[in-house]
Amino acid sequence: MKSKEEIFALLQNVTDPEVPVLSILDLGIVRDIILKTTDEIEVVITPTYSGCPAMSMIAFNIKMELVANGFKTVTVSEVLSPAWTTDWMSEEGKKKLNIYGIAPPQYTTLHHPNEIDVIVPCPLCNSADTKLISQFGSTACKALYQCNHCLEPFDYFKCH
Amino acid sequence: MNQTLIQYILQLADNGLIHGHRLSEWCGHAPILEVDIALSNMALDHIGVARSLYQYAAQLEGNEKTEDSYPYHRDVREFYNVLLLELPKGDFAETIARCFYFDAFQFHFYQALQKSKDAQLAAIAEKSLKEVTYHLRFSSEWVIRLGDGTEESKHKMQRAIHKYWEYTGEFFDSNSIEEKMLAEGIAVNILLLKPLWEKTIAETLQEASIAYPLNKEGAWFHKGGKDGIHTEHLGFLLAEMQYLQRSYPGASW
Repeated sequence: MKSKEEIFALLQNVTDPEVPVLSILDLGIVRDIILKTTDEIEVVITPTYSGCPAMSMIAFNIKMELVANGFKTVTVSEVLSPAWTTDWMSEEGKKKLNIYGIAPPQYTTLHHPNEIDVIVPCPLCNSADTKLISQFGSTACKALYQCNHCLEPFDYFKCH
Repeated sequence: MNQTLIQYILQLADNGLIHGHRLSEWCGHAPILEVDIALSNMALDHIGVARSLYQYAAQLEGNEKTEDSYPYHRDVREFYNVLLLELPKGDFAETIARCFYFDAFQFHFYQALQKSKDAQLAAIAEKSLKEVTYHLRFSSEWVIRLGDGTEESKHKMQRAIHKYWEYTGEFFDSNSIEEKMLAEGIAVNILLLKPLWEKTIAETLQEASIAYPLNKEGAWFHKGGKDGIHTEHLGFLLAEMQYLQRSYPGASW
């Protein structure tokens, strides 16, 4: 029987289809793993945003990964509470996001400044001189920013 | 009890679906690309919440119902959304006015629903509140930007705020379903939300230098949506949305 650590190592291979550098563990959406028998498992995930179209794809990919590694019955269930927050995103995940060109969440939800005081450094040139273009970017979880220094537009994974 | 709860859930779900559908009509038509993306994002949020609610209703009802049974296989009289949300999307100021009224309502509504005795509704509320906070910020900023903008934008924003005012009374007008669910500790006491909502509305309108709509005692408001009595517009919306499932029942991707 596989240990939980081994299962987590497998889930590290399942990525977010919208942000392929992030695994679902980096995102913090895996809430629990329930090993029922040697080849039966339940993975409990929580959606990022209610309308996130990636969730069904992620559930499918979890099943594929675990079936490919010997499990016969894989169920993926969803819990809504406690609601997902970017506070659960791993530090490793935030670094990967930045390298990928998406500014990671800059604050925790408990210590979030007023909107006008938010500083989001440019992931390309590191300048702190950036401006918000729109609170809604290419996906629900991102806002659109532009760097005043290198002038490049970029996505910001907003605190949620 | 179960049937009443299901109808209460459908009322909330239908609000999300119909509002999301109307917002999705802006996709490819908004004044600028950023707004186009924002409105589509918000449409997705609303339809996402509606899905969670329809799934919950289907689970309670059993009887081979799925989340798709409710949007695709009910007729106009079995939809329970408020009338405001089914009206044609109108111009951009009109869409913003409707979003603003409804976002402000949902913002207070979900805070209260988090305390529902029904654990699943409370969980959906907790999740949705985070999203609606963004929606309210977006619509409030546009009310201010248009109201405090050019003469023309101000005129259009003011007109839109007045136009939809008479549809907002329905938010706070309980029907028998809501009263029964309130007695069970499941529904939100919407009467208590009215002063909170009015405060949110008034503060933003003041900042936008838009006149607060007429709010005389005994002002007349449209109602009926929560009981399935709709304007002519919902039928046309459903005709488009349900066309495929009606022509090819059970069709799937």
